[in-house]
Amino acid sequence: MTRRLAVLTVVCAELVFAGTAGDHPIENIFRPLSTPAHEISDVSFLAVIICAVIFSVVAGLLTYAIIRYRRRPGDSDAEPPQVYGSNQIEAAWTVIPLLIVFVLIMVSARVIASVQNAKPPANALHATVVGHQWWWEFRYPSLGIVTANELHVPLSDTAHPQPTFLKLESVDVAHSFWVPRLNGKTDVIPNRANDMWIDPHEAGDFIGNCAEYCGTQHANMLIHVIVQPKPDFERWVAEQQLPAVEDPSVAADKQAFLSVSCVNCHTVKGTSASGVFGPDLTHLMSRKYLASGVLSNTPENLRAWIKDPQAIKPGCLMPAMHLTDNELDSVVAYLRTLK
Amino acid sequence: MATVDYPLEKSRRQREFSLSEALYSWVATVDHKRLGLMYMTSAIIFFLIAGVMAMVIRAQLIVPENHVVGPQTFNRLFTMHGTTMVFLVGMPIIAGMSNYLIPLMIGARDMAFPRLNAFGYWIFLFGGILLYFSYLGANGLFGAGSAPDVGWFAYAPLTERAFSRGTSTDYWILGILVSGIGSIVSAINVIATTLSMRCKGMKLSRMPLFVWVMVVDAWMVILALPPLTAGQVMLLFDRYLGANFFNTQAGGSAVLWQHFFWIFGHPEVYILIFPAFATVSEVVPVFSRKPIFGRQAMVGAVVAIGFISFGVWAHHMFAVGMAPISNIFFATASFLVAVPTGVKIFNWLATIWGGKIRFATPMLFCVAFIFQFLIAGLTGVMLAVTPFDWQLTDSYFVVAHFHYTLTGSFLFGVFAAIYYWFPKATGKMLSETIGKWHFWLLVIGFHLTFDPQHILGILGMPRRVYTYAPGRGWEPWNMISSIGAAIQAIAIICFAWNVIRALIKGERAGDDPWDAWTLEWTTTSPPPEYNYETDPEVRSSRPLWDLKHPEDPDWKYE
Ligand code: HEC
Ligand SMILES: [Cu+2]
Ligand SMILES: [Cu+2]
Repeated sequence: MTRRLAVLTVVCAELVFAGTAGDHPIENIFRPLSTPAHEISDVSFLAVIICAVIFSVVAGLLTYAIIRYRRRPGDSDAEPPQVYGSNQIEAAWTVIPLLIVFVLIMVSARVIASVQNAKPPANALHATVVGHQWWWEFRYPSLGIVTANELHVPLSDTAHPQPTFLKLESVDVAHSFWVPRLNGKTDVIPNRANDMWIDPHEAGDFIGNCAEYCGTQHANMLIHVIVQPKPDFERWVAEQQLPAVEDPSVAADKQAFLSVSCVNCHTVKGTSASGVFGPDLTHLMSRKYLASGVLSNTPENLRAWIKDPQAIKPGCLMPAMHLTDNELDSVVAYLRTLK
Repeated sequence: MATVDYPLEKSRRQREFSLSEALYSWVATVDHKRLGLMYMTSAIIFFLIAGVMAMVIRAQLIVPENHVVGPQTFNRLFTMHGTTMVFLVGMPIIAGMSNYLIPLMIGARDMAFPRLNAFGYWIFLFGGILLYFSYLGANGLFGAGSAPDVGWFAYAPLTERAFSRGTSTDYWILGILVSGIGSIVSAINVIATTLSMRCKGMKLSRMPLFVWVMVVDAWMVILALPPLTAGQVMLLFDRYLGANFFNTQAGGSAVLWQHFFWIFGHPEVYILIFPAFATVSEVVPVFSRKPIFGRQAMVGAVVAIGFISFGVWAHHMFAVGMAPISNIFFATASFLVAVPTGVKIFNWLATIWGGKIRFATPMLFCVAFIFQFLIAGLTGVMLAVTPFDWQLTDSYFVVAHFHYTLTGSFLFGVFAAIYYWFPKATGKMLSETIGKWHFWLLVIGFHLTFDPQHILGILGMPRRVYTYAPGRGWEPWNMISSIGAAIQAIAIICFAWNVIRALIKGERAGDDPWDAWTLEWTTTSPPPEYNYETDPEVRSSRPLWDLKHPEDPDWKYE
């Protein structure tokens, strides 16, 4: 019992003190920032309390029993009174749990219905999440935007509620979309369209993971949800809608990029690069991270990634292209202009 | 009862003096006790192998961005760890314990189908070896081998040819499919034996609770394994005959596999926990010196769990996007399982209540079992709260929960059983001192390993990740967890030492070292090949109590 109490205390301490570490807050399902996550957190907390009470009662009785009824040195060898059972007692400890179960069913059903049956309001943002082995594609069909690994959504505060509704699809195997502070997880399954919604109440960068084992690099399939106040979000949309930046100072580098095999797998809007196997690179420099959260997006990291992705994310589906140093420099120089 | 040296036994022992003859006698045996011990020994060997895998897994995760193993190796490790523990440790332990104990407990001379029994063991072992052969042969013998890496529930379409090339997934399918034949065979045998071979006076109502639980378990094995086998055969069709059951690239359904798997998989978790239930229901009364409280309720609860557990499988699938009504249905069914499960815990508690508890090692494991199983049950209730599950499923919380059921409960129950029946099977006592070291180290190691994993889940750590970045609040908990794993390993070494030591120079056990009440303690330790010289006869569910207390026998109250 003390063991369990210790765990509970730690959980509570964690609830209270979990703050920021590094550049994003620590995720915690009990620190929700979005309506569905809130409702889940509340019903979960209730369940934890109910279970903690049951635990205290039963474990308390058990602890009492093993101390009180232990054989002590000097006890007589006589057997204790033989008790075979009691139907009344059996009935009592069948019925009381049934009542608790009834309560749990009711509260669960309420939250299931309210989270799953929510209808998008007219101003809702719609986006499509496409799971790939081992990165995320984010599409905003109504805005004409395709991006990767960082999902931008508008802040939905009480003054301006604007939820985001996500359609979840996969092109290969099953994945699961999980950003703990915004909602529970929903699986991303090929040949099946799932949906979920979030309405983040706070701006910031919220991190999550793919939560369904999807192969070699399942561990490195991170999600960043970037919640922006409305004006910032609109600025981001406007930038994303533009074709790729044309910077004359890197015209030769651009040519170098277009002449290597990157174009088979990557799209840069406004150029001949139109592959769809890998992430869209049109606005690569607007992203904070590379390769779904594995590297921060710095020139050195970008170069290292293109030189040998297998060294950084072993088993990932981008091969090492064995570019010469010159080609590498050009490709990186060009990609660095794709704001 | 005195230890009798039967002339028949003696002559056999002389014959076995040559090694090849001894070996032959084990390979060709159809004796339920030898087969039971062979099942247990194989299970323990697989347990040690899968345990070493767990150690490597925890070594990799002890600090963020660690490089003990790479992603491919790590993924194979957790796949083989899970698959081994469930199919090559849990299942043969069920078969082993039922085989060894049921005929003894019901006063029979062997199982109903001795040769089928031997077949079951050998086919199980073949399946296990086939699975491990993948390490050598899974890319075809010409290339380097590789073990399966699709996770123990092998979700489609990751298992389809497009994503799982080579033959490692086929080894997973065939190894389990074949070893499953062994489980089915042994389940059929258990049912036939208990229905037709009980000794005189052993009415079903007097059958030891252990036997009752194992019979229900056998029924569940028979009903639960076929869906898995069917799913696996369909998967083979997909992989080799161009079928598209689960092939999403051609209109197949990924969710269909999940239904097939979990309609097996959920009953399976109860199948695995039942031997622990069975053991605790025998050990707790003996060491509390009281009969089990509410015998009929205990039987009823086990049957109820058996039934309900077939209606809860989709609680493993709350995140696949089922309709709200399905989610509510499966949540309700899952909550309901908690009721008979609670009844069992309360009855064990009531058995202890008012007793005179002897804390020998078997009892220590049982008490820890009750505490830990209580927690496992309560985290299970939390997971049945569908919205809570949306957060917790596939996180480390789930890892913690099912290790509470399989390590904290099943394994503790099995250790209780080993400490309790080892004297019967070998005639030697395990050391109580080493036993207590084993117990306390395991308790400490277990809690250090798995308690923090609940918190990791709450902090968003998904399961099955070979690495994680620093700065997400996960480091201390992973560190503690890995240290705990090492302590568990030391506990297991104590156990191994205890067994080896006892076999070499253990104290003689005698027929009835625990002053127990069921039939197996009337015969010698170890029992002769034919178990009982004369067919026993019982008049109550505690025949030895009747014998020891003629002034106040149980049958007076039946
Ligand atoms: C065979 C297809 C393929 C080719 C060819 C390819 N890539 Fe990739 N690329 C991918 C995939 C798949 C990913 C996603 C990897 C991951 O995160 O697991 C990726 C990721 C990237 C990323 C990170 C994108 C992000 O948003 O995080 C960059 C940058 C990139 N590739 C650049 C290149 C360049 C430059 C070339 C040519 C030298 C190239 N790729 C060639 C498939 C390819
Ligand atoms: Cu994944
Ligand atoms: Cu289940």
